Amino acid sequence: MAEKEQKERKRKPMVGLQPEGDVDWSSYRGVLVVVEQRAGKAKSVSWQLLGQGRRLADKLEAPLMALVIGSNVSHLAREAIYYGADRVFLCDSPELENYRTRPYSRVCLHVIRTYKPEIVLMGATYTGRDLAGAIATHLPTGLTADSTQLDVDDERLLLASRPAFSEKMLATILCKQFKPQMATARAGVFEALPRDESRTGEIIPVPPQMKPEEITTEVLEFLEATGKVNLEDADVIVAGGRGLGGPGAFRLLQDLADELGGVVGASRAAVDLGWIGHDHQIGQTGATVRPKLYFAIGISGAIQHVVGMQNATYIVAINKDPEAPIFKIANYGIVGDLFQIVPAITNAIRQRKAAKDAADPQQPSTPQTV
Amino acid sequence: MLHLVVCIKQVPDSREIRIDPKTNTLVREGVPAIVNYFDLHALEEALRIKDEHGARVTVITMGPPSAEKALRQCISMGADEAVLVSDRAFAGADTLATSYVLALAIQKAEDEWGPVDMVLCGKQTLDGDTGQVGPGIACRLDIEQLTYVEKVEYLDTEKREIVVHRHLEDGVERVKAKLPVLITALAELNRPRRASLPGLLRAARYRPIVWTTNDFPNIDRSKIGLRGSPTIVSKTWVPEPKQVNTEFIEGDGPEAVAQALIDRLYATDLPQKLGWT
Amino acid sequence: MAEERFDVVVVGAGPAGTAAAYTAAKGGLKVALIERGEFPGAKNVFGGVLYRKQLEDLIPDFWKEAPLERAIVEQRLWILGEDSAVTFGHRNYKYKEPPNCWTGLRVKFDQWFASKAEQAGAIPIYETVVTELLRENGRVVGVRTDREDGDLRANIVIIADGVNSLLGKSLGIHREWQPDQVSLAVKEIIALPRQTIQDRFNLDDNEGCTIELIGQTCGMAGLGFLYTNQETLSIGVGVMVSDLRKKRIKPYDVLEGIKRHPMIHRLIQGGEVKEYSAHLIPEGGFDSIPPLAGDGWMICGDAAQMVNAVHREGTNLAITSGRLAGETAIAAHAKGDFSAGALEDYSKAVRASFIYKDLKKYRGVHGLLASGDSEMLFEKLPQALNNAAYEMLLVDGVPKKEKQKIAFRHVRDAAGGNLNLLRLFLKGWRAMNG
Ligand SMILES: Cc1cc2nc3c(=O)[nH]c(=O)nc-3n(C[C@H](O)[C@H](O)[C@H](O)COP(=O)(O)OP(=O)(O)OC[C@H]3O[C@@H](n4cnc5c(N)ncnc54)[C@H](O)[C@@H]3O)c2cc1C
Ligand SMILES: Cc1cc2nc3c(=O)[nH]c(=O)nc-3n(C[C@H](O)[C@H](O)[C@H](O)COP(=O)(O)OP(=O)(O)OC[C@H]3O[C@@H](n4cnc5c(N)ncnc54)[C@H](O)[C@@H]3O)c2cc1C
Ligand SMILES: Nc1ncnc2c1ncn2[C@@H]1O[C@H](COP(=O)(O)O)[C@@H](O)[C@H]1O
Repeated sequence: MAEKEQKERKRKPMVGLQPEGDVDWSSYRGVLVVVEQRAGKAKSVSWQLLGQGRRLADKLEAPLMALVIGSNVSHLAREAIYYGADRVFLCDSPELENYRTRPYSRVCLHVIRTYKPEIVLMGATYTGRDLAGAIATHLPTGLTADSTQLDVDDERLLLASRPAFSEKMLATILCKQFKPQMATARAGVFEALPRDESRTGEIIPVPPQMKPEEITTEVLEFLEATGKVNLEDADVIVAGGRGLGGPGAFRLLQDLADELGGVVGASRAAVDLGWIGHDHQIGQTGATVRPKLYFAIGISGAIQHVVGMQNATYIVAINKDPEAPIFKIANYGIVGDLFQIVPAITNAIRQRKAAKDAADPQQPSTPQTV
Repeated sequence: MLHLVVCIKQVPDSREIRIDPKTNTLVREGVPAIVNYFDLHALEEALRIKDEHGARVTVITMGPPSAEKALRQCISMGADEAVLVSDRAFAGADTLATSYVLALAIQKAEDEWGPVDMVLCGKQTLDGDTGQVGPGIACRLDIEQLTYVEKVEYLDTEKREIVVHRHLEDGVERVKAKLPVLITALAELNRPRRASLPGLLRAARYRPIVWTTNDFPNIDRSKIGLRGSPTIVSKTWVPEPKQVNTEFIEGDGPEAVAQALIDRLYATDLPQKLGWT
Repeated sequence: MAEERFDVVVVGAGPAGTAAAYTAAKGGLKVALIERGEFPGAKNVFGGVLYRKQLEDLIPDFWKEAPLERAIVEQRLWILGEDSAVTFGHRNYKYKEPPNCWTGLRVKFDQWFASKAEQAGAIPIYETVVTELLRENGRVVGVRTDREDGDLRANIVIIADGVNSLLGKSLGIHREWQPDQVSLAVKEIIALPRQTIQDRFNLDDNEGCTIELIGQTCGMAGLGFLYTNQETLSIGVGVMVSDLRKKRIKPYDVLEGIKRHPMIHRLIQGGEVKEYSAHLIPEGGFDSIPPLAGDGWMICGDAAQMVNAVHREGTNLAITSGRLAGETAIAAHAKGDFSAGALEDYSKAVRASFIYKDLKKYRGVHGLLASGDSEMLFEKLPQALNNAAYEMLLVDGVPKKEKQKIAFRHVRDAAGGNLNLLRLFLKGWRAMNG
């Protein structure tokens, strides 16, 4: 018993119980986006969040800030400004080359406590969630996961809405008690501002908060997933479902995608049947995408699929069943057999290009690939 | 001997949750409660470590008395002890309040059964769906966190070192860390075992240890339950399906239809946005 | 192997097995209840109608807490023609106090019933399949399951594993069932708003109605049903397997046909099919009841073919036989005698009960159904009856006496002449009266 008590006394006080320092929340102003990068390349969700962050900051009449952490990442600080930030904190140090929770979270905590943003946003990626969970507990403050809508109200409260119960519902979550109000947000949902090199802003260097020898975790190696399709960033997606009847028909979709400079996506049914890899899956348990043009071919339009692609600018649905729910969200619907329609579309595009080339031989005919 | 703590949560099987179209509310009636999918993978990994290195596996959940059933399932699979942290005062907790109580419970488990070498959580829950509780616990216990683990490459109990594969969007990261650590488990990590018959018999008679607020003399009551939860659900709604005026394209044969579609697409701002010429 | 030894191991947590486990555990025995489903009721199918009497013998006032759907105040019988029906029925509010029977859903009911057995002390072992009986010197001494270290020893094994009873077969007391001894039932659960159901069937809250259907089974021996639950309808049809084979028709197509019948369609339209299931029903009746007990074992419920197909009673026979097996186990335990001789008391108790008497009364039904008259009984006659009714009620200037003749001729011609009609009538009468 005595031993037990001793143990209890030996423990350090637990973090995350009292907000450290001042609790005068009124000094917290502005929106901070934590930029995620690997090897000096930013995740597109970070620019999407700067886009949304800009809208929120304007509404709040407050600055938009970004935090870039890594090694040799000063160019990303400039990029952050081109994508909308007024002020960028840059923590650039060799030991920060690879993401690790502690050294990164210490930098975030330092910036948040020093510069006091009222809102902090991160991508709801694996890394973003890892980091956000640690920071929010430390501060402590409320954290909304995986938001798909972000807004602010007149009282400067962040309205972070997120899907709940397998996307069947949406819930708006508030944090009134503490600042900053934190949220991670899903990739592919918000729109980045056009990159604008004429924008200017301030870059504030921030020192690392841990000595290299204090960092006990070590990233031994990063094995990049090769051949992975990048659905999130694609402008054109040609997606197929169970209606394709087998793996072979994805060839037809690939042809069309090639012609349009797009990539091939799939419904879960097609993935589960083993016709195409899981990295092509779009929907609730796959990727959330926001292309400019989306072809849904032989896909019925189950809600779990639709939540992943309904934000496409234009949706073309091809299905032989006129009652298929996918038509409800499609801009253009074609009722018919995909095996006839898809090659015909591919052909029509080719002909159009050929005609153009003939008329204007100087112009390159292949569309820009992303 | 190693001491492993697994945090599990009993959740409604979200696949079975429906929305009442008239009231726009969740129909929870008759929805079965299950052990959160990913937590079973966390438990399985702990049991594998137990099989290989010898370990004591303690399962902890914070939840209502009915969560006893979930704990029994863990006992049937081979956990040594199961703790139900249960009190009305804990109800309504968000991830911040949850991680506080679970961290306290893990500290108490250390006092009872020895220092904890590893805490294992699921990647995320099916109902809360945040993946924040794991990092929250690690933070409060001031131990390293290794999230989204899809493989434990090795565990060296002498050097107290672990190497895991973390799953990321764009690849896999091999990371080395020192014990004690907190791991959050992906489904790829392993295949949860089926209980043996003696395991089932033990589970059927097992009564979990119950801890209430009174078992935590130093607990800060303003930091638990609804009161200790900074996030507030202000409203929930069922999203309106996107309404679009679909133009159905018809024509004489596939070629005509295809041509008509292309004409429509070229008439939009797509050629400009996508650089079609 | 689990070191533990049980007084009783019950295989199958349907109504029969659970009743047995409940009774034995309540009597202080150490009982294990093994079920292969994820939980009791997970995979189980019935119409279904649950009766008060037999369960009340076991758990007084059970219906005040059990998850039941609607108390049945009206039972209808519809003899279907192609687009018509001759209907009978009886509604009586006396059936409400206390209720005579309810509609129920097995997923809910079995789970609840098994929880009562658990509370009484039975150890639940679910998601576990009994693969064989352990035997020593001709005695059953336990069961083997598909789990690791999965043998379980017991003084008595109560076999309640349902219509297919693999364990019964392994004991050699069952033959492989013959196609004319079982029917295959398919059933759908269709969701509709509570108020819509009440409006369409003219019911108040918690009141229920059942409709049994004869005819429109594609000339095969079979019965359809449509029952009201709280917020769903149960619709299904059971057809003799021998007829299905002969006609090469899928039972699902039969159900689809029934669902399209104009009188049925208007009752179910707009509903969403929530579940689809199929199950066998023993139809062998009295003559297919196997020996009920032996050294270290007893068998009850569907596994012992205890179904009264004419009155769609099964669960109540199952519950009563399970209770009797449980009581016999208690007595055997007290004597320390688990031999065939001691357990024979169970057979005696069944023989003295309504189970045996009812099944004996309808002994001939199986022969009637198996006799090849299905086309006649389930297609031609129902249609003729409809035609006759149409003729009788149509006012078209033809004198009534003439009408009567025409109507009768419909029926007689369908039966293939007067003599045949008489033969069928007598056969039917005998089948229904022992
Ligand atoms: C928890 C959960 C998560 C899920 N997550 C996802 C997810 O992330 N992504 C996802 O996609 N699904 C997901 N699903 C599955 C989803 O519910 C659907 O089952 C799936 O999207 C259906 O895929 P499909 O449209 O390809 O197949 P189907 O629904 O079978 O549709 C095939 C369509 O092809 C049409 N068709 C057939 N032949 C032709 C032809 N020759 N020409 C033209 N049309 C033809 C048919 O009319 C039909 O409409 C999830 C389900 C659950 C329960
Ligand atoms: C469509 C249909 C409609 C019906 N309608 C009615 C009605 O309205 N009223 C009525 O009273 N009766 C009705 N019945 C009959 C009634 O359902 C049965 O008579 C009753 O369920 C029999 O109970 P039982 O416990 O003997 O068998 P079951 O209910 O079949 O239970 C057997 C149990 O044993 C389990 N099991 C089997 N093998 C093993 C094994 N090897 N190891 C472990 N577990 C095993 C099964 O999973 C099952 O849970 C209907 C039947 C059908 C198919
Ligand atoms: N109430 C709880 N009791 C025990 N463990 C929990 C609880 N809530 C969450 N966890 C653990 O934390 C993980 C992540 O949960 P969440 O942050 O809710 O997605 C789960 O997979 C569990 O391992």
